[in-house]
Amino acid sequence: MSEDLLTIAGKTYASRLLIGTGKYKDFEETRDAIEASGAEIVTVALRRTNLGQNPDEPNLLDFVSPERYTILPNTAGCFNAEDAVRTCKLARELLDGHSLVKLEVLGDQKTLYPNIAGTVKAARELVDDGFQVMVYTNDDPIVAKELEDMGCVAVMPLGSLIGSGLGILNPHSLLLIMEQAKVPIIVDAGVGTPSDATLAMELGCDGVLLNSAVAHANKPVLMAGAMKKAIEAGREGFLAGRMPKRVYANPSSPGEGLI
Amino acid sequence: MNLTVNGDPHTFNGTTVTDLVAELNLTGRRLAVEVNREIVPKSEHDTHTLREGDTVEVVHAIGGG
Repeated sequence: MSEDLLTIAGKTYASRLLIGTGKYKDFEETRDAIEASGAEIVTVALRRTNLGQNPDEPNLLDFVSPERYTILPNTAGCFNAEDAVRTCKLARELLDGHSLVKLEVLGDQKTLYPNIAGTVKAARELVDDGFQVMVYTNDDPIVAKELEDMGCVAVMPLGSLIGSGLGILNPHSLLLIMEQAKVPIIVDAGVGTPSDATLAMELGCDGVLLNSAVAHANKPVLMAGAMKKAIEAGREGFLAGRMPKRVYANPSSPGEGLI
Repeated sequence: MNLTVNGDPHTFNGTTVTDLVAELNLTGRRLAVEVNREIVPKSEHDTHTLREGDTVEVVHAIGGG
């Protein structure tokens, strides 16, 4: 599978699993789970520093190094375009000019569903300012095309609500999006199990971004390894081309020479 | 001088952003600083002078999905 690389904004990656750093027990578990996952792209959030903290207190990036991973800052917690754009600018400064960002503009706290008007507005502004925008969105193929056309480097439709673990609820919509897409389509949100991730890849998605599925598993490091295999299996299954579905049986053993 | 830092009032006894970062015990940490909604790049921390009433945000990376 060495030739089957994921290309995002001109950079290639061997892993099609993108993973988040939220909700783990501690930094050690975060580091170990990410390592087991084989992910190369790792999302982080940006928040105010705790003031008056112990100067020796470790930081996430001490455990998940920008030297080793492509760090993808997100705009989680932003409910309007202005906050999301501001967060991306801070992220670019934090990461020494790296301009790959995950844009999310959320609609409400209960569903964390994307606010599309805000997402489109922020995406346009960020692309114009030179950011490489990977954009979290819904499964509307019209919106996906619009985000792609304006210059987003990847479109990331949800499978189901963030943190819900409900899996891929919309396979048909994802197929519509993928049919027309010229940028990577990465399912982001809702994956709960390895089979969810495999399904997304079998549909033809270019990658899967997940966080809760691993962090909230009983054994996150074990689940991270399972997700790695699940995504590889789904991708190979997609490339292999599945057998056709049939209405009636088609025997696997020959009909001639029966005794 | 009186500043607002990360949403709270803060009495600042220095001049530049570098001074503020030091006062907050954050020297050497990976962070980004915004003053009155404008990013102050790292290269300007030594020279950017803070003023009475400035609103400062100091952010860092944390776990998130």
